[in-house]
Amino acid sequence: MPFGQAPADGPLLSIRNLRKSFGTNLVLDEVSLDVDRGDCVVLIGASGSGKSTLLRCVNLLEVVDDGVITLDGVDVTDPRVDADRVRSRVGIVFQAFNLFPHLSVLANVTLSPVKVHGLPRAEAERRALAMLDRVGLSDKAAARPDELSGGQQQRVAIARALVNSPVLMLLDEVTSALDPELVGEVLSLLRELKDEGMTMLIATHEMGFARQVADTVCFLDGGRLLEVGPPAQLLADPQQPRTRQFLARIIEAGRL
Amino acid sequence: MARAPRPSTPAAPSASSVPAAGGGWQPSELQRQRLAYRRGRAVRSAVTAVLSTLVLLAVLIGAVTSSPGWPRVRETFFSWDKAKDSFPEVAAGLWLNIRVMLICAVVVVLLGLALAILRTLRGPVFFPLRMFAAAYTDLFRGLPLILVLLLLGFGVPALSLAGVSFQPVVVYGGAALVLTYSAYVAEVFRAGIESVHPSQRAAARSLGLSNAQALRYVVLPQAIRRVVPPLLNDFVSLQKDSGLISILGVIDAIRAAQISTATDFNYTPYIVAGFLFVCLTIPLTRLTDWVARRQGWYGTGGGAV
Repeated sequence: MPFGQAPADGPLLSIRNLRKSFGTNLVLDEVSLDVDRGDCVVLIGASGSGKSTLLRCVNLLEVVDDGVITLDGVDVTDPRVDADRVRSRVGIVFQAFNLFPHLSVLANVTLSPVKVHGLPRAEAERRALAMLDRVGLSDKAAARPDELSGGQQQRVAIARALVNSPVLMLLDEVTSALDPELVGEVLSLLRELKDEGMTMLIATHEMGFARQVADTVCFLDGGRLLEVGPPAQLLADPQQPRTRQFLARIIEAGRL
Repeated sequence: MARAPRPSTPAAPSASSVPAAGGGWQPSELQRQRLAYRRGRAVRSAVTAVLSTLVLLAVLIGAVTSSPGWPRVRETFFSWDKAKDSFPEVAAGLWLNIRVMLICAVVVVLLGLALAILRTLRGPVFFPLRMFAAAYTDLFRGLPLILVLLLLGFGVPALSLAGVSFQPVVVYGGAALVLTYSAYVAEVFRAGIESVHPSQRAAARSLGLSNAQALRYVVLPQAIRRVVPPLLNDFVSLQKDSGLISILGVIDAIRAAQISTATDFNYTPYIVAGFLFVCLTIPLTRLTDWVARRQGWYGTGGGAV
């Protein structure tokens, strides 16, 4: 089925029995998860629990060992699928921003619209400037990434992912490299995205944010999806002992 | 984001005639003492450097010129008349070196970059190309340049192959330089490509760019910027090695100097040629230093030390 003609029913993203290992290290073990349109699903769990790998698998940056990932009704784990095509419809934002240091902020945002989607440069720049305006950085269009603060760089990275009008946004600990003041500016942007109906899959350590914004919280431990539930239930009254232990540590560290 | 104004120290009332910098800041008494001390040290260092250099030069010049063989050395190596005599021929020969170097440099960059890209290709289809590029760089980095010159310059004409064997000798010389230097430059480019962090490629691919597009628009621009200093270093080397084509009988600066020395066993023309080569490479070396420094190649994050 060609993209864009998928049925509007059923979950946007469906993960079934996903398995991924690096050498002998099993990183994802039989993970199954659905993300409905407009939903914000938050992945929590200790470092190394597989959150990032799960996001990278969805974006086909990693080849899965087993299992099926369906996006918009299309099995994207099928080796015959055009991976570039899939990636161009899914936005991902990384913990370390990964902006292109040799390009201006504007060129970072227009690269994909011009080269991948074949937009005329003028049109791409118009959209990019609108998107930079959206994240509050239209005055920085000519700047180089290294002239921006971490929070500004991350907002550019989000604009760069959003300019392609993705159907799904993957956010991989996007605030972990930021100081508390800058975390706020990025999280409030994500909150706005959620209100506009963007479907998001977010790996984060920001439990407060998870509680306020998430529709579903998933606790990953050792590559397995231990517990899934609405934030009010999972964060306040976890069923699994391991989840309770993890949340207790987080509370001790003052992050909830 | 607005930048917070620099907290200004209240200007201490002082008799200093230093004009106030923006914001009314004036260096404190302590800071002025420090500056004065540093200035004093700087002057002392400069004086010491000048004196020690002058003393060393005087000793060297004295030792050399007072040695018994000096008049003959001066006559044979540093004869002003012979230098003036041979200069036009040597300079004309040097023009050939410059042209060879410039043309070779362009071909070397293109070929080296192509080889480096071949070596980074993935997938079974490209196996023969990867193999070819690897074998090429291994072979021509290992072969002495002079051997490649002899093989091409004397061997290929001896084959009497139509279309190949009847080129001017300088073409074979240039081809030998290109073969050897493109192998080196390919490795420099490859190092540059591999130095770009994988997350950059991941970011590019995640935006939907193909492997080739990620290479072209994200990896290569960063890689090439990083390898400019080592590349320029290779071109300094290419510039002087362009003199090796003289062994094929091409009349370049070195050959012209050799011809000139053959008449009277006065070796001044070699000094002239050497001087001209150094004059050519010094600007390029300085350019290399300048580019490197601009990129923070030396002492990144060194601060005050």
